[in-house]
Amino acid sequence: MDSMIQVDGLYKSYHGVNAVENLSISIHSGEVFGLLGANGAGKTTSIECILGVRKPDQGAISVMGMNPSSDRKKLFEKVGVQFQESSFQEQIKVVELCEETQALYKNPGDYQALLKQFGLAEMKKAAVAELSGGQKQRLFVVLALLPNPEVVFLDELTTGLDSRARRTVWNGLSDLKQKGMTILMTSHYMDEVETLCDRICILKKGKTVFMGTVQEAVTASPFQRFEDAYLWLTDEEGSENESI
Amino acid sequence: MKAFRTMLKIETKLSLRGIDMLIFAICMPVVILILLGIIYGNKPAFEGAAYSFFEQSFAAVATIAICGGGVMGLPLVISDYRQKKILKRFQVTPVSPTMILFVQLVIYTLYALCSLILLLIVAVFFFEFQMRGSWLQFLGFYFIVLLSIFSIGLMTGGIAKNTKSAGIIASILYFPMLIFSGSTLPYEVMPVSLQRIADLMPLTHGIKLLKASSLGLPLVNVSFSLIVMIVIAILCIVIAVRYFKWE
Repeated sequence: MDSMIQVDGLYKSYHGVNAVENLSISIHSGEVFGLLGANGAGKTTSIECILGVRKPDQGAISVMGMNPSSDRKKLFEKVGVQFQESSFQEQIKVVELCEETQALYKNPGDYQALLKQFGLAEMKKAAVAELSGGQKQRLFVVLALLPNPEVVFLDELTTGLDSRARRTVWNGLSDLKQKGMTILMTSHYMDEVETLCDRICILKKGKTVFMGTVQEAVTASPFQRFEDAYLWLTDEEGSENESI
Repeated sequence: MKAFRTMLKIETKLSLRGIDMLIFAICMPVVILILLGIIYGNKPAFEGAAYSFFEQSFAAVATIAICGGGVMGLPLVISDYRQKKILKRFQVTPVSPTMILFVQLVIYTLYALCSLILLLIVAVFFFEFQMRGSWLQFLGFYFIVLLSIFSIGLMTGGIAKNTKSAGIIASILYFPMLIFSGSTLPYEVMPVSLQRIADLMPLTHGIKLLKASSLGLPLVNVSFSLIVMIVIAILCIVIAVRYFKWE
């Protein structure tokens, strides 16, 4: 299988503090890859460097064999992105935002069908600002899927969603996974990671502390449940023991 | 082209929904023009002048929309789109974020042109306005003034830290220019000392240029103003491009 996302030795620091240190990942076609870690662990910085929105200090990055900065125009025809914070024009309506985004691509998907799939068909005429947090989140997943992408980046896709909405999103993504879409996602929900991710990378203060499958993470820890294993892997060195 | 057309359509809708440009760029100039027409009627610009005071003022009022769009509308929308990370979202699509800025530039140009046409209709039908110079020359200068004033807005919007500071800078540029550059209060009625201050404002020179071409006056007298307009345009565009931040 081809490597769809290839990162070798990525470094990025802000004001002398390392945000990401020596990150190397290789994500295959059709794989769902989870980037995990606490807030401030470097997940968003990593994603933004991979997308070429931020300039890495060091390291080689390629997405679908292309350089995200120099091949931007070509690459983003086939790559969908959902950023952590949803950004939209004041007073823009759902249908307008979809139409405007759709117009940017040569061979876009059908936003009507996507809105329906993610339970937003009735909100078409509503102002984006009036949507609930969960509806907004789903709308931006729809926008990420609009280019008919081969690779999708989803930064905290279900944060703020209720359980039903999360299931809707999961089902949507499972469908896409079946169709062979490559997904790089971040998440704080371990049940979501267990359900969706083939492989994960856990970051702690910018350093990679684990890379492998969910099962391997559990095996590497003294625990049975993945959430416990995750907490154990991201734990401050012995801090809990010291406090006892 | 499809991207440009769709973006222009939607962004124009959004801009119209904001109403402020309809008030400041479309309604206000017409009101000022009618007021000037009522106050000065057919009076000559000065004793023995070949043109009326109203005709002399027409070109000045025609710049109100340029000033409002360029110095107020443009910087606010640019800093707003940057602060809200809308430009960042465009960075991860095949379209360049420059496109959205270009679309805004076109929208404010359309506001200015609408205002110009509306003013012309009012001036010709109600106040016997006559273009005494060449239309082509007037339009040529009109676009130079537009480019120059818009470049100021591009620069302030591009380098302002956030929407708040962009708003403050825009107000500092807009209101003095609106009142003292001669676009609303006629330059000719100002005392000489006030005219000196007005001469420091870019728009004053734009107005001098447009007045000369609409009244058919010799351009030698306004060559300095033309140079001012061009220098400002080049300077501001260079700074805007050089120091622009997407985020």
